[in-house]
Amino acid sequence: MDTDARRIAVAVRDLSLALPAGGDRANAVDGVSFDLVAGEILCLVGESGSGKSMCAHALMGLLPKAVRPVSGTIRLGDTDLLGQDDAAWRDTRGRRIAMIFQEPMTALNPLMRIGDQMAEMFEAHGQLTPKERRARAVALAREVGLPEPERIVRAYPHQLSGGQRQRAMIAMALALEPAVLVADEPTTALDVTTQAQILKLIRDLQRRRNMAVLFITHDFGVVAEIADRVLVLRHGRVVEEGPAAAVLGRPQAPYTRTLLSAVPTMDPPTRPPLSGPKAVEVVGLQKTYVTGGGLWRAPRRTAAARDVAFALHRGETLGLVGESGSGKSSVARLVMRLIEPDAGQVRLGDTDLTRLRGEALRQARSRIQMVFQDPFASLNPRRSVGRIIADGPVAHGVSLPDAMERARRLLDLVGLDAKALERFPHEFSGGQRQRIGIARALALEPEVLVADEAVSALDVSVQAQVLALLEDLKTRLGLSMLFITHDLRVAAQICDRIAVMRQGEIVELKTAGALFANPEHPYTRALLDAVPGRVRQAA
Amino acid sequence: MAGFVARRIAKGILVLLAIVVLNFFLIRLAPGDPALVMAGEAGAGDEVFVAQLREKFALDQPLPSQLAAYLRSIVGLDLGYSVRQQMPVATLIGERLPATLLLTGTAFLVSLSLGVLLGSLAARRAGTLADTAITGMALLFYATPLFWVSLMAIILFSVRLEWLPSFGFETVGAGYTGLARAADIVRHLVLPALTLGLFFMAVYVRMTRSSMLEVSRLDFVKTARAKGLTEGVIQRRHILRNALLPVVTLAGLQAGTLVGGAVLTETVFAWPGIGRLMYEALLQRDYNLLLGVFVVSSAMVLIFNLVTDVVYRAVDPRIEVAR
Repeated sequence: MDTDARRIAVAVRDLSLALPAGGDRANAVDGVSFDLVAGEILCLVGESGSGKSMCAHALMGLLPKAVRPVSGTIRLGDTDLLGQDDAAWRDTRGRRIAMIFQEPMTALNPLMRIGDQMAEMFEAHGQLTPKERRARAVALAREVGLPEPERIVRAYPHQLSGGQRQRAMIAMALALEPAVLVADEPTTALDVTTQAQILKLIRDLQRRRNMAVLFITHDFGVVAEIADRVLVLRHGRVVEEGPAAAVLGRPQAPYTRTLLSAVPTMDPPTRPPLSGPKAVEVVGLQKTYVTGGGLWRAPRRTAAARDVAFALHRGETLGLVGESGSGKSSVARLVMRLIEPDAGQVRLGDTDLTRLRGEALRQARSRIQMVFQDPFASLNPRRSVGRIIADGPVAHGVSLPDAMERARRLLDLVGLDAKALERFPHEFSGGQRQRIGIARALALEPEVLVADEAVSALDVSVQAQVLALLEDLKTRLGLSMLFITHDLRVAAQICDRIAVMRQGEIVELKTAGALFANPEHPYTRALLDAVPGRVRQAA
Repeated sequence: MAGFVARRIAKGILVLLAIVVLNFFLIRLAPGDPALVMAGEAGAGDEVFVAQLREKFALDQPLPSQLAAYLRSIVGLDLGYSVRQQMPVATLIGERLPATLLLTGTAFLVSLSLGVLLGSLAARRAGTLADTAITGMALLFYATPLFWVSLMAIILFSVRLEWLPSFGFETVGAGYTGLARAADIVRHLVLPALTLGLFFMAVYVRMTRSSMLEVSRLDFVKTARAKGLTEGVIQRRHILRNALLPVVTLAGLQAGTLVGGAVLTETVFAWPGIGRLMYEALLQRDYNLLLGVFVVSSAMVLIFNLVTDVVYRAVDPRIEVAR
C-alpha cells in the first residue's frame, strides 16, 4: 500500500517515558515511534516489562504518576496529546481514543448496571438525553453480540460471563465512534474459544468502522490471528517492525526469532508409549459443588468431576486440558486430596489415598506434591527461599541442617544459585520463582508431581525454559506428572497423553500425537480450532 | 426479599428468646440478694421482713419456675414489674427510650455523615496537609477516652464559654413549649451527641479514607478515567460508592449500640436515657428492670442487623443475603 494513501490516525514519534529513579532501567519506553493507520491493526508485542502497556497508557494519558514522558510527541490529527491539559485529555479519552483492558472481571464497576456504564460514555461528553443514552446502550449491546440486549443492559457485571463482560467493555469503547481503539491484552484472561470470538468481534468492528487499532499482546498466536502490522518491543526499545506476514514469516531481528521459536508448536514430538506400573490410578471420581439453597430455594449444583477415571504410569506426563470451569483444577485437588471427593478412589501405587486418615495421610502426602500457577502468590513473602524449601522435609522429621543442605542441592538442580537460600521471594523474577516452587515440591522426594497451570503466568521464553526443566527433572528423577493447563500448545509439547475435560467429564483421552492428529470428540475439535495462530502454522 | 425478611424475623425471635434465657441466668449468677438490698434500704433488717419480701416477689421459688413465669410474661409482651420503682418495666423503658434514641441517633447520623465526608476529603487529597490534618484529628478522637472528652467539652463550652448547658435533657422549670422547647432540647443535645459521635466519626474517617484509596487503584476506576469522566464523577460514582461497603458494615455495628451504648455519656451529662436506667437497675439489683432493658436492647440489635443486611443488599447487587 502506498504510504500517502494511508490515513494516519495517530503518529507517535520518538516517545520516551522515564521510570522513577532506582528502577532496573532509566526509561520504560525509549525512543519508540509508530503510526496508527485507519483500518489497520498494529500489534505491539513483547514480554512482560517490555514497555508495551506503557505505550498504550501513554496514548490515553493514563500513565502511572511515577512515569513521565520525557521526550517525543503523540499526534492525533493536529494536536500533540502530550501537551494537553486535563480538560483536553478528558475530551480526548473515550471520544477520540477509546481503550479496552485485560481483565474483564475487574474492569467494570461491580455496583453499576451494564447499561448505565455504557450510557456514561455519552454523559461524560455531554451527548444525548438520558433516554437516548439508554436506547443507544441497547443498540451497542446488540452490535457487540450480547444476548437479549434489552435485558442485559439491566444486569450487573457479576451476572455476565468473562466473554460477555469483555463484549460490554468493547461496546463501551465503541460508543462514541472513536477513530482509535487501544486494546491492552483484551483476550489474555479469556478461554481459547471465547478468545477466538472476541478477536473476531474486534476484527469485524474495526473493519466496519475503519478504526485504527493498537493491540497489545504477548501471544504470537493472537498476533498471527489479528495483526496487519507488528512492532516488537524489548526493554522499551523497538526491535523490529513490519507487516505481520513479514515479521512472523521472515523475522529479521535475533530477538524476534528467539521469541517465535519459543512459541510451542501444535505438533507433539513423538514419544515412546509408556505402560509401566501405575503411579496413580483414579477410579470413578465424583465431586459436586453445591452453592446457595436453603429451605425455600433449590441449591445450585456444579459438577466438578463426573466419573473421572484415568491412570498415570510411572515416568509419564498426563495432561488435563479444558476451559475454565471444566473441573481440571478440581481434579488436581482431588488427586492431592486437598478437597474430599463425593465418591471414587485415588490410588497412589498400592495405597488408597482416599481412605487414609490422620498421620498416615500426612505421611502419604510427601509422595505427591504440587507446583502452583501463580509464582507470586504461592510463596510466603516473609520466609527465606531456603526455609520455604526446607519446611516440607522438616515437617516430615528431617533435621534443619540436613533439610537446608537438601534445599541447596535442589536449587542447584533447578538451575538457581545457592545464594538464593538466604533471599526472599520478591527478589526473584516470575520464572525464577517458579523454579523455587518446583524445588519446594521436589524437596519431599515425591513420586508424583501435580503441576496446576505451572507455566501459564510466564512469558514464552521463560515458559520454554521451565518446561524444559520439568521434562529434564522428570526423566532424571523418574517422576510421574499430572500437568493441568488450558494451553493446548503447552500440552502438546510436554504431555505423553492428554485428557480433555468439559463440565467435569473427560470427553477424550489419548496420546498427544493421536489427539492433535485425529481429534474425535466435537469439543476437542472446537478447542483445537480456537487456538489462535493455528492457520499460520498450517500454512 | 419479603421472604428473606420474614425468615430473618422468625430467626430473630428465636435468638431473642435464647438471649432472654441466658441473661436470666447470668443476672442470677451475680452476687447479691435483691430482698436484702430492699430490706436494707427500708431500714429493717429482720429475717421475717426479708422472707416476706422474697415471698411477695416470688424470689423464694426455684429458678426454673421463676424463668418459666418470666418467659410466659415475655411472650405475652409483658416485661414485668419493677419492684424498686413501683412501676411496670415497659412504662419505665418507654419513658426513657425517646431520650436515648434522640441522643444516639443524632450521634450516629452526625458521625456517619461527617466521617464519610472528611474521610473522602482526606482520600482525595491524600498526602497533602489537609489529609494529615484530618487523619491526625481522627487519630486523636479515636485514642481519647470518651469520658475525658465529655468533661473537657463541659469545661470549655459550658463553664468557660457558657455557650451550652452542661447537663440534662431540657431546662427544668423553664416551661418552654413548642419550638422554644425543641430549641432548648437541641441546645442540651449538642455536647453529649458530639462527644458520643466523635469516636465513631474517627473510625469512619479512617475507614472511608483507606477504603477509597484502595478502590481508587482498581481497574474499573481506570475504565472510568478512560471514558473521559470528570474527576468529581469518578470520585463520587465509582470510588466512593464502592468504598462505602465496609463503612456500611461498621455503621451496622454502631447502630447496634444505639440503645445500650450510651451509659457513660448519659451519666456524665445527666441525660435521662436507657443507659442510666440500666446502670441504676444494676446497682439496685432490680432484676426485672435490668432484664427488660436487656430484652429491648437485644431486640434493637437484631432489628438493626436486619436493616444493615437489607441496606447492604441494596448497595451491593453481588450479595446474596445470608440466611
